[in-house]
Amino acid sequence: MAMIEIRNVSKWYGSFQVLTDCTTSVEKGEVIVVCGPSGSGKSTLIKAVNALEPVQKGEIVVDGVKVNDPKTNLPKLRARVGMVFQHFELFPHLTVRQNLSLAQALVLGRPQHEADERGLKYLDRVGLIDQKDKFPGQLSGGQQQRVAIARALSMDPICMLFDEPTSALDPEMINEVLEVMQKLATEGMTMMVVTHEMGFANRVANRVIFMDAGHIVEDASKAEFFGKPRSERAQQFLAKILHH
Amino acid sequence: MFGQFDFGVITRNLPYLIKVGMAFTIELTILVIVLGIVFGTLLAMMRLSSIKVLSAFATAYINLMRSVPLVLVIFWFYFLVPYIGAWIIRSPTPVRVGAFLSSVITYSMFEAAYYAEIMRAGIQSIPRGQVWAGYALGLNYWQTTARIVLPQAFRNMVPILLTQTIVMFQDTSLVYVLSITDFLGAASKIAERDGRYVEMYIFAAVVYFVICVVISFLVRRLQRRIAIIR
Repeated sequence: MAMIEIRNVSKWYGSFQVLTDCTTSVEKGEVIVVCGPSGSGKSTLIKAVNALEPVQKGEIVVDGVKVNDPKTNLPKLRARVGMVFQHFELFPHLTVRQNLSLAQALVLGRPQHEADERGLKYLDRVGLIDQKDKFPGQLSGGQQQRVAIARALSMDPICMLFDEPTSALDPEMINEVLEVMQKLATEGMTMMVVTHEMGFANRVANRVIFMDAGHIVEDASKAEFFGKPRSERAQQFLAKILHH
Repeated sequence: MFGQFDFGVITRNLPYLIKVGMAFTIELTILVIVLGIVFGTLLAMMRLSSIKVLSAFATAYINLMRSVPLVLVIFWFYFLVPYIGAWIIRSPTPVRVGAFLSSVITYSMFEAAYYAEIMRAGIQSIPRGQVWAGYALGLNYWQTTARIVLPQAFRNMVPILLTQTIVMFQDTSLVYVLSITDFLGAASKIAERDGRYVEMYIFAAVVYFVICVVISFLVRRLQRRIAIIR
């Protein structure tokens, strides 16, 4: 059974349809990259996986649990699914250490010292242990995003969702974040990544999903996608992005 | 020109002015700050709730309170609270509610409407991504609100909460309509008894002014200490 199953998902904002009949899946240990022009619905799709965006039609199943079911205990499910946002979303009123331990203590019920220890272990792994007592506002964008990744990992997630993790970063900081993500992928983490970083997709992804106007236009292996995408829209998109 | 004035009237009556008058004013102010902000925050959360009944109730309540003069609300509650109390505990006769308790309830309910609008703006100033981040980590609505949204909303709103609190502090003098002796009431009584109107009212004005300046100073220091580092 796949880790993430997305079946015939449609979503509307009022009368505007943002997702149309999207179907795909992410196997355990797989890394898939979702790309496409802005407004194509890729961010909405990834936020639907942990029900930050409700969908009106179709079915999303994560590790055997149906996400869009009113009976599902959403906080419990979300605690097992790590998410990294475009704008980092560290809690600015809390120190790095508190950012890392808050949900562990509150949601998983870990004793404070244990949560602290675990958070700092992951902070060390993203290379920022020296910053543990700083506030997010005192860190660079790249550092904040690495803390955000450490925060998600501290919850021992079964899979990770990345929603344009490098889009808000200055160019010189993109690589430090991509390196952390790449390391995570080689360790076998199941990852769904919305990104425009085609280099990252080429190095790390198993599969690439191309979206346009709310449709999944292309769902192909990396070799296939970068070799010769079937759809004309994906070809145009690649041509534009790769020639930069 | 102050030759015919006797400012000794102030020092002679200082114990009464402070122990009776100022004690009441400060007690009322502190209780109303706490209760008003707590009720106000709950009202703001209700007003922003997706549950229609809650938001309709909060909106109606806030609009009603903000469109009625405070003095009217003070009278209204003073005469109404005993009957509401009687209805709640099913007593055949109106419940006796002291003037102090009545004024605490009145001011808290009234100020809550103003604090609610401030807290609503504060809550709305928090980006949606912060709420998403809380939910994504598995926090529920209450945990996200209490640990992520409100602490930031409150910090952002400290200057406006201060302004409202200073207005409220000055408005506590309206309790004279319930024949309660607050600081201004105490000053008036002495002014009338001793015929020292000018002295007492100058003194009262200076005291209100000094207290407001001191509160502003303390809150600004607090604000710097709890400020979010950006």
